[in-house]
Amino acid sequence: MNDANSHSDEIQLRALTKSFRGPEGPVRAVRGIDVTIPRGQTVALLGPNGAGKSTTIDMLLGLTHPNSGSVSLFGRSASEAIAAGMVGAMLQTGSLIQYLSIREVVTMIASMHPNSLDVDDVLKRTGLEAKANRRTQKLSGGETQRVRFALALVSNPDLLVLDEPTVSMDVEGRREFWDAMRSFAASGKTVLFATHYLEEADAYADRVVLMAHGQVVADGPPGEIKARVGARTIRATLEDAQLDDLAALPGVASADRRGEAVVLSCADSDSAIRALLEAYPQARDIEITGAALEDAFLELTAGSEE
Amino acid sequence: MTGLIYMRYELLRSLRNRRFFFLSLGFPLILFYVIASPYRHVHNYDGTGISLPLYYMVGLAAFGSMMAIVSNGSRIAAERQIGWTRQLRLTPLSTRAYFRAKVATGYMMALIALALLFAAGASLGVSMPAQRWLEMAGLMLVALLPLAALGIALGHLLNVDSLGPATGGVVSLLALLSGTWFPIGSHGFLHDLAQFLPSYWLVQASHIGLHGHAWSSMGWIVIAAWTAVLTLAVRYAFQRDTQRV
Repeated sequence: MNDANSHSDEIQLRALTKSFRGPEGPVRAVRGIDVTIPRGQTVALLGPNGAGKSTTIDMLLGLTHPNSGSVSLFGRSASEAIAAGMVGAMLQTGSLIQYLSIREVVTMIASMHPNSLDVDDVLKRTGLEAKANRRTQKLSGGETQRVRFALALVSNPDLLVLDEPTVSMDVEGRREFWDAMRSFAASGKTVLFATHYLEEADAYADRVVLMAHGQVVADGPPGEIKARVGARTIRATLEDAQLDDLAALPGVASADRRGEAVVLSCADSDSAIRALLEAYPQARDIEITGAALEDAFLELTAGSEE
Repeated sequence: MTGLIYMRYELLRSLRNRRFFFLSLGFPLILFYVIASPYRHVHNYDGTGISLPLYYMVGLAAFGSMMAIVSNGSRIAAERQIGWTRQLRLTPLSTRAYFRAKVATGYMMALIALALLFAAGASLGVSMPAQRWLEMAGLMLVALLPLAALGIALGHLLNVDSLGPATGGVVSLLALLSGTWFPIGSHGFLHDLAQFLPSYWLVQASHIGLHGHAWSSMGWIVIAAWTAVLTLAVRYAFQRDTQRV
């Protein structure tokens, strides 16, 4: 297989960097990203707000030019791939043009693509069938997101890019959305979605690329990433316990005291809470919280700050 | 030709936007009736031998069509603000097809503005041979070409908040300098300056209705030059305009 052929079956981001002028000097939004995605993979770009996810996606789509590095979509430049109708995207910021019905705006976008899907079929898949004649200016936030997803789907792209797609969707809407995304991905398509919800990345991606401070800090299967950043914390009011004893409980990684309360960082919070209550039945005001993703990222990236 | 379905929906969208429709087209129409209907029987306005309704009909037709076509930019700015233009960039729709649709919507609004003003004029007794109506309208549509490009360029350069005042200001200034509101004379500094404005030749085209004279070659050159320059401006504005707004 020659070089050109091998590139034509994957997406390559090579040494991408991008800085913006900010109010307090230049902001290095992306500081060198290298990712290769084989055709057919569903990849989550996971990271807290400000990690550089949207900027990376803008560069992937050719909407922003990188300061250095290169993008190749199936062996083509972003603009060539877009001109060939190979890309569908649901950007983070974006609303719909007014004075058209849902069906009309989906039909309009479908007409621009060479291999578009059947409009009625897409409306059905995105749960918009019953509302197809409603005007776009009369939709709720969640409905607008569905239509924007329909616009990305109807183009029947080889690469589907979704930037924080479930923002402003309710629980039911999210479930339906991911079901539709999965059935699309199952037809051999490549999907890249950005999210700051660990659960979404874990549940719907084949692979998670973890970003923080404009860099990739971890890249692997969801289970592996979840183990690294998914720690939970148990907090309880407990005056008379030694921190060393608490840290030795099963499932507990470290223990800390904050006044009358103790805070246990847990690798396995289920085991830890059982052991805690058995050893210290007087513990009260117990809270178990998932570690905020931001905290986990700070920990992961603490060494990489210059 | 690609993008025909896109163009069709763009035209439909403009027609359905009632508020914009009435505000941009209704204003010159109301102004015309307010000014001209009390004086509908003045047949020799200011000693010119021209009836007052005819004089204001052509003036407001030039102003109204210019306003309608430049206002196209405000809808473009709104589409940019909501991220729709970025969405379109991710489709195979060509830049050319995109601009064709935008020019078409601008021209549709300008045509409606002209038709309404001409009908209003006729309702107050303005009459002229059919050929003259057509010559006047046809040449005005040619003169609107650089102004269509101006509207699109403004739409891609400015944001929604600044576009309203900018459009109103630019159009009013052009209208004033080009003799829409009052004659600028046939010599002097103002006249010499005005000759280099596209809007001056729009007003001259509308004056076919007054005396039947079409453009000198200067008119064709000025319109062609502005069209070329503003088309380049549009291209520049569109190319640099890929950021999230």
